[in-house]
Amino acid sequence: MGAHNNKNPFDFLANPERFMAFSRWAAPMFGAIAGVLAVIGLILTFTVPEDYQQGDTVRMMFIHVPAAILASFVYLCLGIASFLALVFRHVLADAAAQACAPLGAAFTVLALATGSLWGKPMWGTWWVWDARLTSVLVLLLFYLGYLALRGALDDEQKAARAAAILALVGLINLPIVKFSVDWWNSLHQGSSTLFAKSENRLPVVYAWPMLVMSLAYLSAFGALWLVRIRALVWRRKARALALKAAEA
Amino acid sequence: MSFDFDAGKYAVYVWPAFALTAVVFVWMIADSLASARRWRAEAERRQADAKGPSK
Repeated sequence: MGAHNNKNPFDFLANPERFMAFSRWAAPMFGAIAGVLAVIGLILTFTVPEDYQQGDTVRMMFIHVPAAILASFVYLCLGIASFLALVFRHVLADAAAQACAPLGAAFTVLALATGSLWGKPMWGTWWVWDARLTSVLVLLLFYLGYLALRGALDDEQKAARAAAILALVGLINLPIVKFSVDWWNSLHQGSSTLFAKSENRLPVVYAWPMLVMSLAYLSAFGALWLVRIRALVWRRKARALALKAAEA
Repeated sequence: MSFDFDAGKYAVYVWPAFALTAVVFVWMIADSLASARRWRAEAERRQADAKGPSK
């Protein structure tokens, strides 16, 4: 009686103590993997031949595309964690959502800025209001809106609920970001990654640095996400102790 | 294997992109670690206070 039946393989992370024990070794492990992959990725970035059309700007693709992938991926994590926090009212899910937002915003800023720096010499303009660029800008606004909502309300529970609802609404934007280049006539090129049609796919010589740098970004996000969730768990603990001390 | 750091006429676009990426990553790492250290220290301090002064 009263036994907890763990069916979900991720249930072990739902317990804050177990999460802290897991993340204590997982965060530095992901960080080390990210560091090794970043070094390999940068070596590949600066040893591949320049592109016959893009010249040396092709090297910017190996930091731009991973940032753009992470911008959307982190938002997906934010949306899933917000859903779990809203439906199951789980504190760790809420912390996971909150920890995503600043990292996702940073990746989105990087995607927009590096894309703009590539666009000027290749397209002849820093910015164009086409569907891909505009939907990524909207993605950044959702991140900033989420952060602003969490900071604006004094009642943390109300702030968490309002921000989670905003995060779920923002999920609508993710397919628009992904398929904008297919649905509308866009200056931005279509997908050319490993999953693209063979005629559009990157040459192998460029696919490797792209893949390695993408995995480096993903591992870095994994490490930083865990560190930030740990910070929020400690913050919650510190505040609970402060409240207890004030009541005593 | 030879490194090609000469971006030629595109250097003015390539290097700011890499520099900005480095700055943002340094910020992400520093802010995440500082936040974790700060709240861990705060939680441990409050925990020690809750236990009372040791005699």
